[in-house]
Amino acid sequence: MIEILQYGFMVNALAAALLAAVACGIIGVYVVVKRIVFIGGGIAHASFGGIGLGYLIGIEPVLCAIPFSIASALAIGEVSRRVKIAEDTAIGIIWAMGMALGIMFISLAPGYAPDLFSYLFGNILTVPRSDLSVMLLLDVIIIVVVCLLYKEFLAITFDEEFATVIGVPAHKLYLVLLCLIALTVVLLIRVVGVILVIALLTIPAAVSRRFTNDLKKMMLLSIFFAASFAITGLYLSYIFDLPSGSTIVLVSGIVFLISSLRSSGHSFKY
Amino acid sequence: MDINNEIIGLRNVWVCCGGVPVLEDVSLSVHQHDFLGIIGPNGGGKTTLLKVVLGLVKPDRGEVVVLGGEPVEQRKRIGYVPQHSLFDPDFPISVMDVVLTGRSGKSVFGRYTSHDRELAQGALAMVEMLPFKDRQIGRLSGGERQRVFIARALAAEPEVLLLDEPAAGVDMHIQTEFYELLERLKKEMAIVMISHDITAVSIYVDKIACLNRRLFYHNSKELTSWDIEATYQCPVELIAHGIPHRVLREH
Repeated sequence: MIEILQYGFMVNALAAALLAAVACGIIGVYVVVKRIVFIGGGIAHASFGGIGLGYLIGIEPVLCAIPFSIASALAIGEVSRRVKIAEDTAIGIIWAMGMALGIMFISLAPGYAPDLFSYLFGNILTVPRSDLSVMLLLDVIIIVVVCLLYKEFLAITFDEEFATVIGVPAHKLYLVLLCLIALTVVLLIRVVGVILVIALLTIPAAVSRRFTNDLKKMMLLSIFFAASFAITGLYLSYIFDLPSGSTIVLVSGIVFLISSLRSSGHSFKY
Repeated sequence: MDINNEIIGLRNVWVCCGGVPVLEDVSLSVHQHDFLGIIGPNGGGKTTLLKVVLGLVKPDRGEVVVLGGEPVEQRKRIGYVPQHSLFDPDFPISVMDVVLTGRSGKSVFGRYTSHDRELAQGALAMVEMLPFKDRQIGRLSGGERQRVFIARALAAEPEVLLLDEPAAGVDMHIQTEFYELLERLKKEMAIVMISHDITAVSIYVDKIACLNRRLFYHNSKELTSWDIEATYQCPVELIAHGIPHRVLREH
């Protein structure tokens, strides 16, 4: 495995995998225990609109996707409260609208969008160094916010109504959590792409749930699993010349299946 | 009635949902050391009434006063025990951490203090669940879980306890222990309990009200069969189980 580290792009890819693992390990746990995987999917697809806009106006697409995905996260969090509409309906609409906007912007952009495919399906091998520093910064933000608000996040994810009654600003904190999901999604787009982001947010957290009943330990385990899946997937994709994003997701999925068989005696519904 | 020690006051409260009234002209007054049971059929507005008191539902008309102020501002002084069937039993959280969330509104940014932990431990001891403090919440029976949610409410040092169907899905033998726990708590705080189990409630509470959109309430524990029939919209036989206690009498 050492010889593949001779390639600079491989070193970058490994760094990207580890940085993504930290973010999705922590945030994925909240997504899984609060059962908002569908919201993660909605934000991921809506952020594609930001990538398209980036192409159109000539800004780095990932940077453009950050405000776009945060806006869609806030829209998902607020729409169902202010307008009489079910939350999953709102997510479905924002999901489809974001995707459609992305394709619309790209078709309007002059010239050909060469690595558009990599935003849909990811290409960890082309992650530039500048993206690594952005990912590092996002990781730091996620860690700081989760450390500061750990007990509040636990209260609102376990029982939002009780948290509200007891005096926790539950809705505001829920929006903060959605913004962190949005940041994580943008970060993961580089690694596995819009389509497969959901897998990295969900599978490591779901696997780690089988080993512990403690949220903090679940986060640490989930980071470990996400990093292992990404590195294993990356290595296999290098050896067998497979697309890296799909390989990472398939490795994750297979481990999840094995872990479900192992503990099917007292399985959890994640 | 003495307004000064009034803990919960509802005056002519109306709540409509999509043009259909859920609560009609409800007035209610709960005082210190009251133990009020509210009974009524499913869909009769019982949970809505609790949510009005907690400021989670805004009434379309009428006035709500909780501990001398607005519900939204005062609700952190209320100990709320929601219906336990609404919880996710798979959530990765220990009994102790559930009870500690009762302290989570006391300070933002930061950890629980040793004072928070002492109160949480004390609350668990009071409901006799301290030996289970490290257990995952889903690995408790319905009755044990309900005690934990009461401990969570107690950890916030409330001045009144609101319970929504606390005995639902709990077997009879545990229910008795549970009501005995409420008997003890009633010495320290007012309690409002919602239930659809008329007989069980009527044994332990001091006052009883019937709710089916309208509230039938005499500031006592006496109900006429007329009240019950008006509430349930059908003749109801009044039966008191085994315990020698005059429960519901006709007058």
